[in-house]
Amino acid sequence: MKTPTDLKNVSRRDFLKYTGVASTGLVLGMAVPTQTVWAATESKSNELNLFVSIEQDSTVNIVCHRSEMGQGIRTGIPQIVAEELCADWSKVNVVQGLANAAYGSQNTDGSRSIRNFYTAMRQMGASARTMLESAGAKFWKVSVDKVYAENGFVVNKTTNQKLSFGYLAELASKIPAPNLDKLTFKKPENFNIIGKPVPIVDLPKMVNGTTEFGQDVLVEGMVYASIERSPVIGAKVKSVYKDDALKVKGVIDIVVMPEQSFPVVFKPLNGVAVIATNTWAALKGRKALKVEWDLGENKKHDSEQYLAELSNSIVTKGKVVRKVGDAYQALEQAKHKISGTYTVPYLVHAPMEPPAATAVVNDDGCEIWACTQAPQGAQQTVAGVLGLKPEQVKVNITLLGGGFGRKSKHDFSAEAAILAKHTAKPVKVIWSREDDIKSGYYHSISVQHYEAGLTDSKSVSAWIQRTAFPSIIWTFNDQVNEPSDMELGLGFGDMPFTIDNLLCEKHQAPAHLRIGWLRSVCNIQHGFALGSFVDEVAIKSGKSTQQMWLELLGEDKKLDVKTQGFDYKNYDMPIEDYPIDIARLKNVLNLVVEKANVNQATLENEAWGISVHRSFLSYVAVATKVSVIDGQVKVLEMVNVIDAGRIINPDRVKSQMEGAMIFGLSIALMGQIDVKNGTVVQSNYHDYPILRMHQSPEIQSFIVESDELAAGVGEPGVPPVAASLCNAIFKASGKRIRDLPINKHFRV
Amino acid sequence: MIRFTLNDKAAEVEAESDTPLLWVLRDILQLTGTKFGCGMAQCGACTVHLDGQAIRSCVMPISAIEGKSVKTIEGLKPDSNHPVQQAWIEHNVPQCGYCQSGQIMSAVALLEQNPDPDDEAIDNFMQGNICRCGTYPRIKAAIKTAAKSLNTTSNNKFNYELATNVGENV
Repeated sequence: MKTPTDLKNVSRRDFLKYTGVASTGLVLGMAVPTQTVWAATESKSNELNLFVSIEQDSTVNIVCHRSEMGQGIRTGIPQIVAEELCADWSKVNVVQGLANAAYGSQNTDGSRSIRNFYTAMRQMGASARTMLESAGAKFWKVSVDKVYAENGFVVNKTTNQKLSFGYLAELASKIPAPNLDKLTFKKPENFNIIGKPVPIVDLPKMVNGTTEFGQDVLVEGMVYASIERSPVIGAKVKSVYKDDALKVKGVIDIVVMPEQSFPVVFKPLNGVAVIATNTWAALKGRKALKVEWDLGENKKHDSEQYLAELSNSIVTKGKVVRKVGDAYQALEQAKHKISGTYTVPYLVHAPMEPPAATAVVNDDGCEIWACTQAPQGAQQTVAGVLGLKPEQVKVNITLLGGGFGRKSKHDFSAEAAILAKHTAKPVKVIWSREDDIKSGYYHSISVQHYEAGLTDSKSVSAWIQRTAFPSIIWTFNDQVNEPSDMELGLGFGDMPFTIDNLLCEKHQAPAHLRIGWLRSVCNIQHGFALGSFVDEVAIKSGKSTQQMWLELLGEDKKLDVKTQGFDYKNYDMPIEDYPIDIARLKNVLNLVVEKANVNQATLENEAWGISVHRSFLSYVAVATKVSVIDGQVKVLEMVNVIDAGRIINPDRVKSQMEGAMIFGLSIALMGQIDVKNGTVVQSNYHDYPILRMHQSPEIQSFIVESDELAAGVGEPGVPPVAASLCNAIFKASGKRIRDLPINKHFRV
Repeated sequence: MIRFTLNDKAAEVEAESDTPLLWVLRDILQLTGTKFGCGMAQCGACTVHLDGQAIRSCVMPISAIEGKSVKTIEGLKPDSNHPVQQAWIEHNVPQCGYCQSGQIMSAVALLEQNPDPDDEAIDNFMQGNICRCGTYPRIKAAIKTAAKSLNTTSNNKFNYELATNVGENV
């Protein structure tokens, strides 16, 4: 990995430019042209990077350039900076960075904020600390080795005198920034902010209702918009009857959105906007609107029929993704055979806060406030639809009321910009829950088929697995009609088994809806299918699920799937840094069995199920205990173990794991989007249910203590949930569920 | 013109009579602590108190509010000093935070009705509030902590305040 080599001071004006905050104190800005932070997507720039400023009262402003959606990043990123800065955490003020390529990637998805920025953030803190120490040494006219920084002060070793960061900031800001290779870092055993369960910085405001989300933005003179969008992807507005809508008190204008073509990308959907003086009038006006559509080809799409078609094709030979030996021949010769086909329907994000964006357009450009996971993407998309340069678009990032991947898409920001330009007023576009459920970027509908052959002695001699689902890539290139290597690298082509005859294949699956990424993405279906099939093979072999996993995983090693023909992306990280480490996978599996006491006898109608999965470079095992009585499944307990390498905030890791269990349960128990005549059937929480408190089990989360490189946390808890649950249901009831969701078979 | 009491102060608004209280609060009175989640009383993000009872403001027309008393998250304790808010802080409950105004308003109403709820009572009362992030285990724990704090607070600071609130609202 390349490391940065140069640091520069930046001015107060730069701080204002990047954060929108006019610092009254002294800017101790760190500017770092770095390779590390550019490794991720979006930015090719080598401009300034800037994260720290210190006020005269010793307030330490630390920029968080990533979006907060519940994962705790507005606390995690500053923890890293503050640690190396030797700051007093109680003096830290977190400033949300605006969209700016200078920060490197701000695309907050893929569970990568910590792993991509851990080193860079330590450098930010350490360089600021070095400058403060130099300032202290200068003040006392001693050499720099005679001073040290501690808890917001620089201390004179000889005299024990202390000077506050605030007092030294001006002097420090005049000192040239140190070379990166001169920086020293704290030893992990001396950490007192990293690795600690620091409460989230937004907590006090979250409990008194004063935080600002995208839906909450208020701008002087603002009007409100609600948009009737195409019911079928590709449908075009044929005619609009506006009169009744215009009669609704408060409705100002009806605007036909500019017509868009394929690929859908992040463009707004075709539609008709109702603009009003308040949200309610906009919603009422929209109900009174009559739009006639030219529906187009996708009106033929029917998800039930589509799934049946994929289920038929998936049992036939597909296109090879990864291959060892001759699995077909070995299967032919196997003494025992077992197979299973697993399906997962379309799913949608349904964050508590439906998407929302507010825009103002004037001669200079556009300013936007949005609950976006990817501010620079929003900037580029908005610039594109308005014909501006990206730097003419200022993107303010609010808190996100949940994201889960939905708010990485910029259609709602583009809508606000288009309407603000049209009306020449500030416009807030409000998505309703119905808009969110019916006009999403859906998690793909999918089919997985697994076959295994066993020898006389019940060891696995052949393994064939296939998958088919419409690709996310179609959203960006409508010629694509099969899963991409990126998606196959999410729990399919990277499956961790060592088997003499192993074959992974894919099938085509054309897309008919906007396809997007949803928390843990294709790991959802691949984790479900693999974890379920291992359980089925275990039962056929007369082994425990844990034994079966251990046998299939084989000896401890770093698995290289590239030599088996699969072009594995490894979440965009070098495989040398983040190998597929079989020992770590086995460790979390063994730990979850022990912690949950899975092998202990349960009551009748109750059982434990387990599964384990590596995703986003982390290792997670889940044990789920259910009861199945009179056709009712109740999830009683869940125990999970995560090995995510170095942890910044254990409390937020646990909260993410609790959330991932519940997110996974919503998917497995009840998650289903149906499509009829090209149109999504579900519309709100009554028919797209989310787990509620009475369905929520007791959850225990364990973190493996580790000095390995930091890996993902937000997503990797989700994939093992469905399999652990279905395995438990099988043990409790004898019913194997291969087609999610579970509520097709049981009350939940 | 509709007149009512909002967070213990007299309020009056001009709005179409069918406008849900939620949009009056958010768009007209600019109190955005009460959140929009579903618009059909499915998720509880918009929960406020009407005469001391938890209601879903997204389906409550403003015409039904005339002469009544509304309490929103902003009126609970702006300094976040209510025992329920304090318990939320102690358990580090929120993830994204969006549903938490509604969760807290529901929890306060629950504890006013039932000072010592068991798991089933908490489940029953709170199941109208969805949290997509999955903070339910912590919400449940925080409610229990708040209940303990309300019941043991040496005499009656909090009980007194709650009683006062109820009294004002009735």
